[in-house]
Amino acid sequence: MSDKDTASINRNRAVDVALLVYIVLGYAFVFAPIAASFVFSFNSDRFPSIPLGHFSLEWYQAVAGDPLVWQGLRNTLFVGVTVGVIATALGFGAAYTDYRYRFFGKQVYLALALIPPTIPVVILGLAMLAYLSRISLSGNALSVIIAHVVICAPFAMAIIRLRLSQMDPDLEAAAWNLGASEWAAMRHVIVPFAKPAIFGALFITMAVSFDEFAIAWFVSGLNETLPVKVLGFLQGQVSPRINAIGTFVFVTSMTLVILAQILLTGRGAKDRPASDE
Amino acid sequence: MRRPLSLYGLTFSLPLLVWQVLFFVFPLVFLVALSFWTVKNFRMQPDFDGVNWATMYGRAVFWQAYGTTFALAAAASVLVSVLAFPCSYAISFKLSDTARSWAVFLMVIPFFTSYLVRVYSWQIFLSDAGIVNVMLGWVGLGPYTLLNTVGATMIGYLTLTFPLVVLLQLFSLVFIDRTLIEAAHNLRCGRLRTVFAVIIPSARVGLVIAALFAFILSFGDFVSPIYLGGGDPTTLSILITDTTKSGQQWPRAAVIALTMIGTLLAVAFAAVRFAYKGRTK
Repeated sequence: MSDKDTASINRNRAVDVALLVYIVLGYAFVFAPIAASFVFSFNSDRFPSIPLGHFSLEWYQAVAGDPLVWQGLRNTLFVGVTVGVIATALGFGAAYTDYRYRFFGKQVYLALALIPPTIPVVILGLAMLAYLSRISLSGNALSVIIAHVVICAPFAMAIIRLRLSQMDPDLEAAAWNLGASEWAAMRHVIVPFAKPAIFGALFITMAVSFDEFAIAWFVSGLNETLPVKVLGFLQGQVSPRINAIGTFVFVTSMTLVILAQILLTGRGAKDRPASDE
Repeated sequence: MRRPLSLYGLTFSLPLLVWQVLFFVFPLVFLVALSFWTVKNFRMQPDFDGVNWATMYGRAVFWQAYGTTFALAAAASVLVSVLAFPCSYAISFKLSDTARSWAVFLMVIPFFTSYLVRVYSWQIFLSDAGIVNVMLGWVGLGPYTLLNTVGATMIGYLTLTFPLVVLLQLFSLVFIDRTLIEAAHNLRCGRLRTVFAVIIPSARVGLVIAALFAFILSFGDFVSPIYLGGGDPTTLSILITDTTKSGQQWPRAAVIALTMIGTLLAVAFAAVRFAYKGRTK
């Protein structure tokens, strides 16, 4: 209460320090489960708790020796890469459409391009399962790919749209005036400019697909992806193996997200004026 | 802008449209049709019968789950908004530009990392012999039953929503006109009063949208209520997974799902109305 407001802006050391501590606590809360999974994956105890046992790789060995885990990993990677490529391509098309065209019903088009991730995954999972099994597409990797593209394409669309909005709209028109066809302008002006966002979107959509378990669980049938395997493990008993798989999952998606962010913020902001094509 | 119909334009516009109509709109529409189908001898058959709606809406269990889910999601969205606000406030007003971009960078990561594994990890903290109870034991407290409680479910919801809510709040706070805050200060407006009279009203749209997303995410989540809350009390999402995975009662699950969508639409509509209330632009 006895705050000594000294200079221009409200500054109070105690409040500032308290707020900084609060930030640290917030991040601690967010990263605690990730850190715990990492630490306990190398811990020898069967029931993870403190004090720690000794360093051990046995859970990794147990996981590596499980053919079902490898099967799940293969499925996940196959699905993730395919979804990333398709979703990024669709998202790019939608972002370019929004950037360049105005047409009747555009609001509806944009709604379809952006809303799917906000629908709860249980509902989408059920709807997908019912619909895809009706048209005989459920219970395989293809059904997971179909469903994941639906929720991943909007992320790609948003990321690429953001990048296009940084582009001078006259640039494309200038290319046309200089005699480039629409296709040539796309190839030599738009795509090079959007390239960091395209790769960013690719990595983000792969990460989203890689971590998505609920819809995959509904529609995958026997071709389970790795996160669905984890869900299966969870229904069993507590096992440090999940920490080993979890650490692998965390490292993979963190790598993808970090790469994407470096592409989107680092380079994206800097090479703005120079369109060197 | 010029000619809307060209092969060139359609090449880029159509794929997404076709995909989302085929695999997003159609499944949801089919869900509506499915809710009127009937199940005989463990086989679903096309029908137009309101029996599933009547059955589900006539069950006390359903309404109990509905109330629970709604209350939990509402509580989670208020709680996470309140807990996230000091964090996003501090990040946007107390950090340097460099530190702020690092903060955003770090907060984006958990949003895209496996929620499922993070929930599992909380079990390590909350189980009877888990980290929290061991630490409480050092100061002579506990052990308490933390897992399979509503509080644990809440922690799961926070894990799910906290990063997103901080980011959304942050984006609305960063764009507040700093001169407004200086003006308030020059007029001898105290720190807390500035927050409540200037900052929160200016950032209202972002804060409400953030809370709305927290509500939507918690309302549909089935992982926290099962693996941290122990499945009790039952939520609508648990009812859906149970009804779907154990048997052929998909039409009834469809009724639950459609009720959830209706609720979410109503809440979203109300939230957006409230967010833009009294705004001219």
